[in-house]
Amino acid sequence: MNQETTATRTGSRLNESDPKIISIKGMHKWFGDFHVLKDINLEVAKSERIVICGPSGSGKSTLIRCINRLEEHQQGSIIVDDTELTQDLKNIEIIRSEVGMVFQQFNLFPHLSVLDNVTLAPIWVRKLPRAEAEEQAMQYLERVKIPEQAAKYPGQLSGGQQQRVAIARSLCMNPRIMLFDEPTSALDPEMIKEVLDVMIELAESGMTMLVVTHEMGFATAVADRVIFMDEGEIIEEKPPKEFFESPEHDRTKLFLSQILHH
Amino acid sequence: MSDTSTNSRYAPGTHPDLPPPRRTTGVLGWVQMNLLSSPLNVALTLLSIWLLWAILPPSIHWLFTGAVWTAVDRKECWALMDTPRDGACWAFIRGSFELFVYGWYPEPERWRVNLTFILFIAAIVGGLRENIPGKRCWLIFAAAYPFIAAWLLLGGFGLEPVGTNKLGGILLTLVVAVTGISFSLPLGIALALGRRSNLPALRAVCVIFIEFIRGVPLITLLFVASTMLTYFLPPGSTFDLLMRVLIMVTLFASAYIAEVVRGGLQGLSSGQYEAADALGLSYWKAHRLVILPQALKISIPGIVNTFIGSYKDSTLVLIIGMMDILGLGRARLNDPDWLGLAPELYIFIALFFFISCFAMSRYSLNLEKKLQTGHKS
Repeated sequence: MNQETTATRTGSRLNESDPKIISIKGMHKWFGDFHVLKDINLEVAKSERIVICGPSGSGKSTLIRCINRLEEHQQGSIIVDDTELTQDLKNIEIIRSEVGMVFQQFNLFPHLSVLDNVTLAPIWVRKLPRAEAEEQAMQYLERVKIPEQAAKYPGQLSGGQQQRVAIARSLCMNPRIMLFDEPTSALDPEMIKEVLDVMIELAESGMTMLVVTHEMGFATAVADRVIFMDEGEIIEEKPPKEFFESPEHDRTKLFLSQILHH
Repeated sequence: MSDTSTNSRYAPGTHPDLPPPRRTTGVLGWVQMNLLSSPLNVALTLLSIWLLWAILPPSIHWLFTGAVWTAVDRKECWALMDTPRDGACWAFIRGSFELFVYGWYPEPERWRVNLTFILFIAAIVGGLRENIPGKRCWLIFAAAYPFIAAWLLLGGFGLEPVGTNKLGGILLTLVVAVTGISFSLPLGIALALGRRSNLPALRAVCVIFIEFIRGVPLITLLFVASTMLTYFLPPGSTFDLLMRVLIMVTLFASAYIAEVVRGGLQGLSSGQYEAADALGLSYWKAHRLVILPQALKISIPGIVNTFIGSYKDSTLVLIIGMMDILGLGRARLNDPDWLGLAPELYIFIALFFFISCFAMSRYSLNLEKKLQTGHKS
């Protein structure tokens, strides 16, 4: 049902026969005794843009952190681009090199210059020669509009600039999927737009994106689907227009009323 | 409140940057602020001046102007002074200098000790300086230095063998301290990583090792090295005393380094590990490129603190009869020619330790400043 509506909304861009790049089936996760994710089923098509929202503690960050194994799930299966996430370190390595992640706190490496931050993984994981890695890094820094900051250290940049460097750092690994964990929540209001602009540009280039965010403007403009989570469950998933205009569940309505009319 | 805004001489948004108030600058301002700001401060300033006046001139007289630099024994020293025993007899230190530096190292082979010293300076400078051509070669040399030094000092492979019992004085002090310092850092890092490992067996071994070594005084370990260790070894096997002491000193320092480094590792946010993981860096690459450079930077003050501590603790080997600079100096005090010259000896030894420790401390400050790259994340 959801895929149908997605397909109608975006016309020919996505349709049901699109290959699934992420497939999560019956996934559960516990933190100790706390059942944090309950029976998660989620399929993501290639180039699909998904926004995940929900109250804090609903498990949305944990869900996307399971996709690149920053958190380990205990039941069910997660298949990313035909590779299943298991204890096998080899599979984890493959998936991590195809999945980029952007964090709320940027997590740039403060002891390295911007350029070194961006070239680190291409040089040490992809084994690119330094010159080539730097050339590619400058391309991505231009794409996030801060090539002039390449020689500086992260501590000398504003939050918005740091987050854009973090995006460039992930893109340098040429990921097929990008995960964003509340990328604008730690930013001052006037810097949110510069980061969202980069993310919108990225979405338009056809990147598969899963974004945990409360930026409903971004969801409306970019998302193919909005997923609402509460207490570890996926409560509702719909295209953004329907999600905001006609939410079905009471919990969704309550959440929307709280974030839209505060 | 509304007064200030109506009385302001500037329209909103046009206030210029003004220079700071003047009073606090200049030499007189400094004297006024720091020395004469209150009656108590004036009294303390006067007291300090009186103390300096009372202490400095006699000290300078004893140390320098009244001191004797050349003499064959203490009697000649005192004879050369205006009033006997009114100055330092540095002739004692000069006369014993070779012994203090080389111990009993055979005279014809002392060039090897000198070469070891020179290579030591080269390894330090080459290994620590940032902008030096061929940095990689220098680092390899610095890493190989302990083995080159061992070969040069002890001989074999073409050099005349010299027994470890011939080592003494500053040479022995440096051998013990440099070995302890240079091997305890990598071992300590390994222990710190092991203590944070996900593998329970490895973690248990590291915790037990660290807690045991830290729970026992170094002197006890040295006694174990000098006496008990032979019980645990196969009968008839000989295991050099110096070697045993070096191992104990290294293990002792490494337990402390491990805890200092562990503190540094805990100072990093989990986001750094996650970012490294998310980029696909393996455990070793993540630690080498992301985690350890930052953790070690945070740990520099603690690491250098431990280094300085183990450097000075190296004098404890005199308790098991090894003649380091302190042990040798004390033995020399019993020489009938130089009886009663303890102040000269201890000032000399203190100066030797102070210079090396102060250099380490300054270097660490310098390193911290150099590695400062703005706010930590």
